[in-house]
Amino acid sequence: MTALTRRQLLQRSLLSGAGLFVAFHVPRKARAVPEPAAKQLPDPNAFVRVAPDDTVTVLLAHSEMGQGIWTGLSMLIAEELDCDWSKIHVEHAPAAPVYAHPAFGMQMTGGSTSTWSEFDRYRTAGAMARAMLVSAAAQRWKTDPRKLRTENGTVVHGKQRLSYGQLALAAQAQTPPKKVALKDRKKWKLLGKPTRRLDSPEKVTGKAQFGMDVRFPGLRTALVARPPVFGGKVRSFDAGEAKSVPGVEQVVQIPTGLAVVARDFWSAKRGRDALRIHIDWDLGPGATLDSAALLQDYRDKAKSKGPGIAAQKGDAEAALATSATRVVAEYDVPYLAHAPMEPLNCSVKLEGGRCEIWTGTQFQTMDQMSAAKIAGISPSSVAIHTQFLGGGFGRRATPSSDFVSEAVHVAKAAGVPVKTVWTREDDIQGGYYRPLFLHRIEVGLDAEGAPRAWKHTIVGQSILAGTPFEQFMVKNGVDNTSVEGVSDSPYIEAVPARLVTVHSPRPPVPVLWWRSVGNTHTAFAMESMIDELAYAAGREPLEFRAALLAHKPRYLRALKVAAEKAGWGKRPPAGRARGLAMHESFGSIIAQVAEVSVGEDKRIQVHKVTCAVDCGTAINPLGIEAQVQGAIAFGLSAVLHSEVTLKDGRVEQSNFHDYRVLRLPDMPEVQVEVLESDAKMGGIGEPATAPISAAVANAVYALTKQRLRSLPLRLALA
Amino acid sequence: MQLNINGTAREVDAPDEMPLLWVIRDVLGLTGTKFGCGMAQCGACTVHLDGQAVRSCVLPVSAVAGRMVTTIEGLSPDGSHPVQRAWVDADVVQCGYCQPGQIMSAAALIAHNPSPSDEDIDAALAGNICRCGTYQRVREAVRKAAAQRRAER
Repeated sequence: MTALTRRQLLQRSLLSGAGLFVAFHVPRKARAVPEPAAKQLPDPNAFVRVAPDDTVTVLLAHSEMGQGIWTGLSMLIAEELDCDWSKIHVEHAPAAPVYAHPAFGMQMTGGSTSTWSEFDRYRTAGAMARAMLVSAAAQRWKTDPRKLRTENGTVVHGKQRLSYGQLALAAQAQTPPKKVALKDRKKWKLLGKPTRRLDSPEKVTGKAQFGMDVRFPGLRTALVARPPVFGGKVRSFDAGEAKSVPGVEQVVQIPTGLAVVARDFWSAKRGRDALRIHIDWDLGPGATLDSAALLQDYRDKAKSKGPGIAAQKGDAEAALATSATRVVAEYDVPYLAHAPMEPLNCSVKLEGGRCEIWTGTQFQTMDQMSAAKIAGISPSSVAIHTQFLGGGFGRRATPSSDFVSEAVHVAKAAGVPVKTVWTREDDIQGGYYRPLFLHRIEVGLDAEGAPRAWKHTIVGQSILAGTPFEQFMVKNGVDNTSVEGVSDSPYIEAVPARLVTVHSPRPPVPVLWWRSVGNTHTAFAMESMIDELAYAAGREPLEFRAALLAHKPRYLRALKVAAEKAGWGKRPPAGRARGLAMHESFGSIIAQVAEVSVGEDKRIQVHKVTCAVDCGTAINPLGIEAQVQGAIAFGLSAVLHSEVTLKDGRVEQSNFHDYRVLRLPDMPEVQVEVLESDAKMGGIGEPATAPISAAVANAVYALTKQRLRSLPLRLALA
Repeated sequence: MQLNINGTAREVDAPDEMPLLWVIRDVLGLTGTKFGCGMAQCGACTVHLDGQAVRSCVLPVSAVAGRMVTTIEGLSPDGSHPVQRAWVDADVVQCGYCQPGQIMSAAALIAHNPSPSDEDIDAALAGNICRCGTYQRVREAVRKAAAQRRAER
């Protein structure tokens, strides 16, 4: 779809109150940044401010949640502004239309898009600010601006120099230029150079302020007692005992449950503990949910084609029937909580027809609209003060603004400023999970072992279903976030007859995008299956992949570099084996080789992961390396440990003792090779999470000849 | 009751069973120490009690009366502790939320063990979860900090 349609639809949906129309997920073909309407240049003052004391303040349109844009987007500005890097100060921008995502039309952070989507806008803002400073200096010196140059935060004219700070006020009075030229990349001084983070000093001293750390006089803390099963409702309750807990001030009913409002967290928690035994819940149909039964149901569904056709060419079923060899496999992945280290929280103050919100969010525009609706005011009367996010991974980007909406409801019902805080148990059991998914794949090989038919049936909840995005984003029964990585797989494109279909059942479990979204399961299924096919065909796994990708040089290069750096083909250390996987997502290609061993207790240990990453132009290689390491660690949690299961509607896990995640001793040594290419810039926050599951599973197979097709991977003990 | 926080005596009015974490955060307003799990599983709340790393989220405040508590704010006046410098140098942080806890665990380790082996580092930091996955650089920074501290002695 074009940008214009998106913008028109955005306006229409704003008018109708139906919510915004934007894609959180960007299908590969739509990854172009739209031309700004009427070729307007950005308002440089919205993105960068130079102060008389020489500080350069960068306003961040996106949220810093660890991915490093605090530094990366500042580099874009600094490169063109030619300022002194040590004078940069960064702030989260307020929620305002000027900060709308260049590709999505709403203010948000997600989809590994911040750097590529802001590449032009932030550089342009920097270049415009520089031009205005130069023009102010030219006026001061009564000379032609073309005779001036800039150097590290100063304008230079022969032996004369003026610092940007000295010119700041005069520059502000200049008319922003109608057009600016951006530097040729050969002249870059900062972009492409490994650059340390700007937010380290405040984050290593405890000074960095997260949503959880917001404090102001009169702010109360609230914990919400939510139903024990999804979709449950309060039938009746007795707040007497809760209110007798010292520090508890109020118990108020809101749509999601009952909020205990207290002077501090501990009082609120004790109050909620006291309240819980006095709530009678109407559990509703959610009380029968059982994830094991759900998986069996998905298995049954996968035996027939899904109603949504995601990819189709030729007659895959006929070709399967006549293939020399048929390989059939099913892969499944469980529900997963994001479990960011900072539990969800949101502070809200409603006063004088205005609403102020302090929180770590990935979805400012949605939150603004949700809050406005609840408070009965206009979105422009809702101010959002974005705080550092103690991890996001998608959980802080809910189309329903769940944790923000709830906090506004509490503040409204209580009549006082309130910070709602989720405990870890609330987080693990609170839904908005990566959905449970099952893939059934049937592949026909010809006599030479080449795939000639590929039938692929995917079963799992649509993330977009039931959200304001559904009517625009789910096409012909296909939510692209369910099939991305399969329907557009370069492997499948090499198969002459193919059919990819999807079933999107709707059990009442809230689901959401989880770092790398659909790719979390599609990469596992695709790259495990490719490995199975290589063995079925009696071919070497790297060579088998290379044959399928023969005409796709970017993929081939990534595969071959990762394999070479990992010593693929050479004997691994005793007791270890290697596995290979390659996947494209968010515009970047990543190939990984995992080196694993298995202990006597059948515990899988991942020792080393060697990666080759092609994300097009690399802005900050040090940040890319960190994101790849981190994304692999995030993925490994799901490969080795994490799952959310439901029985009788109850989530069986509650905290990090049973919702296990990767800890430091399990962290492999990750080696990252960044491949520069001329391809359009891709994202880097998410792509490395996707293929690690298959890389490890394939290595486990190479070592044990056990093919593990369920996550988390568990070897049979016998 | 009277607490010694970062070298200063502080009189606090809090119930005996209130975890030290919430006294530090909600009563004293020192927000560098983080809440992550509430059951000593994640280490985000790590502080030093008489020089030892402890999880403040499960420690009743009554248990620390008269003892010396150090939080991330008291580790150094200006972020100059060798561990903090090594953290900046190795570019460890991502979202940053777990980092005060990681740093407090690392500082306690090298204070007691100036030459930690890789196994010592793994064992001392195993209780600190980082969902961003900064572990590889955490290891590197701890090694650097230990070397730095040895060099300064």
